[in-house]
Amino acid sequence: MVLQSLNNCLWLSCILRTPKACFRSTASGGLIIQSVSNDVYQNLALEDWIHDHMDLEKQQILFLWRNSPAVVIGRHQNPWQECNLRLLRQKKIKLARRRSGGGTVYHDLGNINLTFFTTRKKYQRMENLKLVVKALKALRPQLDVHVTDRYDILLDRQYKISGTAAKLGRTSAYHHCTLLCNADKFVLSSVLKSPYKGLKSNATPSVPASVKNLFEEDPSLTSEMLLDAIAKEYAAQHQMDHHITLINPADETMLPGISNKTKELQTWEWVYGKTPKFSISTCLNMAYKDSVLDVRVNMDVKHGRIEVCNIDLPQQWLPPGLYSELVKNLTGSKFCPNETTTLVTALLRVCPQDDELHSRWSLLCENMIMLM
Amino acid sequence: VRIHRVRSCSSIRFIKSKYVCVFDKSALKFSHQQRLFRTSAVSCGQIVQFKLSDIGEGITEVTVKEWYIKEGDSVSQFDSICEVQSDKASVTITSRYDGVIRKLHYSIDEIAFVGKPLVDIEIDASKGVASEEDVVETPPMSHEEHTHQEIKGHKTLATPAVRRLAMENNIKLSEVVGTGKDNRILKEDILNYLAKQTGAILPPSPKAEIVPPFRKTEAVPAAPKDKARKIPVPVSRPIVFSGKDKTEPVTGFQKAMVKTMSAALKIPHFGYCDEIDLTQLVQLREELKPLAEIRGVKLSFMPFFIKAASLGLLQYPILNASLDENCQNVTYKASHNIGVAMDTEQGLIVPNVKSVQVCSVFDIAVELNRLQSLGSAGQLGTSDLTGGTFTLSNIGTIGGTYAKAVILPPEVAIGALGKIQVLPRFNGNGEVFKAKIMNVSWSADHRIIDGATMARFSNLWKSYLENPASMLLDLK
Repeated sequence: MVLQSLNNCLWLSCILRTPKACFRSTASGGLIIQSVSNDVYQNLALEDWIHDHMDLEKQQILFLWRNSPAVVIGRHQNPWQECNLRLLRQKKIKLARRRSGGGTVYHDLGNINLTFFTTRKKYQRMENLKLVVKALKALRPQLDVHVTDRYDILLDRQYKISGTAAKLGRTSAYHHCTLLCNADKFVLSSVLKSPYKGLKSNATPSVPASVKNLFEEDPSLTSEMLLDAIAKEYAAQHQMDHHITLINPADETMLPGISNKTKELQTWEWVYGKTPKFSISTCLNMAYKDSVLDVRVNMDVKHGRIEVCNIDLPQQWLPPGLYSELVKNLTGSKFCPNETTTLVTALLRVCPQDDELHSRWSLLCENMIMLM
Repeated sequence: VRIHRVRSCSSIRFIKSKYVCVFDKSALKFSHQQRLFRTSAVSCGQIVQFKLSDIGEGITEVTVKEWYIKEGDSVSQFDSICEVQSDKASVTITSRYDGVIRKLHYSIDEIAFVGKPLVDIEIDASKGVASEEDVVETPPMSHEEHTHQEIKGHKTLATPAVRRLAMENNIKLSEVVGTGKDNRILKEDILNYLAKQTGAILPPSPKAEIVPPFRKTEAVPAAPKDKARKIPVPVSRPIVFSGKDKTEPVTGFQKAMVKTMSAALKIPHFGYCDEIDLTQLVQLREELKPLAEIRGVKLSFMPFFIKAASLGLLQYPILNASLDENCQNVTYKASHNIGVAMDTEQGLIVPNVKSVQVCSVFDIAVELNRLQSLGSAGQLGTSDLTGGTFTLSNIGTIGGTYAKAVILPPEVAIGALGKIQVLPRFNGNGEVFKAKIMNVSWSADHRIIDGATMARFSNLWKSYLENPASMLLDLK
């Protein structure tokens, strides 16, 4: 296996559009690249870039990448439904929405991502996964791994070690999958458990599964060995040289337009705003003085913003003017704790300065914010 | 010129029948070899039912997840129409035609069937209809370039009108940067490219001298004598500006500002400014910084400013008060909850440090660190953002000397701190020395605060900071 730095790679630059004299590599049919970045947004942006810009007619591409801790939801999923957003914020774990379909996954450096780029016509998920299984078995023949008809890879017939998703465009397509080598299962299970109740949505739900790391099965394995085995198998199947080219997804010169793609993936409008319309119907149990108040809350959230908001408070618990101010301001606002906090605290500045009122207001608002 | 006729495909169904395959006459203008696949329907505003094409893997149905267009929108060929999902695959469906969307056959979350109509598009009369095959049109160019193009494997997206413009100006589409969707080349991109090359939309002829505007040539000094030399003349270039106004609703942080500031308008503000010599404080902070670091805390100037303000408020409690709505009662707040204006990505927030009157400078520094890290992560809670009684705004960290800060209701005073500058000042002996000067601009509610009170408070605050040792006398 030879790792080549990008500067030396003339034939890659030739494919990527610069009109220089180029030589055709002796290999045909395939290209293997590996990202030097662990930033989930940069790596997802690179996937988009390749999908949009590269001609896959003559050469298919295998892209290898790993991310620092991040939760990645599918294109049409609801992050509130899929993960514990509060925990993510606390632990500073990134949240990303990818462009392919499918369910939610947790990435950290103990997980390998593989993306198979082909033309739309040559889109073939089963073949790709069989390639991965073949590579694993070549490395460790005793491993009991197989591909299910749901495009998962199972270890010992019961533990999921890989999940799949795909994106199809007009002329190109990609299929990517994860591979659990040595991920933090404890963090994985805690962040992928949603605490939010009363959510009703048509967003694609994830199917939870028991997972296991490959390294638990065989501690002698390393990520490098797995990447190498998969690259080798890919190279063999595509009649190409067994090179892995390193690529920097932050290189705007090599990949013009990539920083815009990276930025777009991090915007609130993409991560949260693309959530399909959903509704929340729940009951806040607010402990106030000596009693517990049950407050029914109903909200509709569209494009990540509160479209409709109903809070069923006891009569006169809050002055009616203030209640309607609250509802009026929440409507149209992002379903986001930070923004809601800013709004409600600003509203508090302009209402009568009454300690009793303030404590009720704070109690209600804090409970509302917990829903986000 | 080779022109391919494509079989009429059964999946293109016309509501008004009778169609004829014709050559697009503009194809005859191309003198270079190229490949163009076209069938055209001769009719005005024909409505075509665009069917959902094969997804692959034997899939027959998908769920429609998002529409990118709505009825009445115009679309160009290759524009994204919708996003559908099938079994973990998300598919972007793009338009095969230029035209106007007349009907969407499915709503969100409905199941759509492969081979059945997805949208109805009214085709532009002048333009042709793309064939069933997904083809990549290669731009007009010489044969060698064509081969070169294949090696590069580069594909360019552009509408026929844009291609014509490029061809007329001898521009290789591969060298133009596209700024449209999917990096499609727009008319503006061609115009910009041209502007860069020649400064005017003219096909470059071999004889014409290409004069880049605004660049001096060596010819200038010799110009008067040498008539043959040309003097560069700035060429007026067509300014292609495709920006549009953007209107969006005021929400979130902006809305909060609107609410707060509209209320603040009701308060009659008066201002009072002064200059503070921080030379001694700067030195003190230098000495204390490493001590704080050992304890794991970053020590800025703000803890000193905040503590000094609290000591001042003990003497002038009216500055830590609140006036009720009808201006009937003044409430003197017992606790000094001093707010610190923070600039975050989303906008202005003002968390406050609670009960400064019982905090040490170090305690304040710890709390500030906590608030700052929560603030930048967008995780401040309601308790941190409410209950403030007095505010300091350190705009000087960004820049500026004097500012007129706006009081944040229900408070009655606010101080804006400018940047610390090194300026020459006279010392006690009449000698000039380098002083570290910072300006403070106070704003106060003139309904209950008078100028004299503000001035005296400011003087006291100033004296604590100019001579930090004096703070020791009054520390509680």
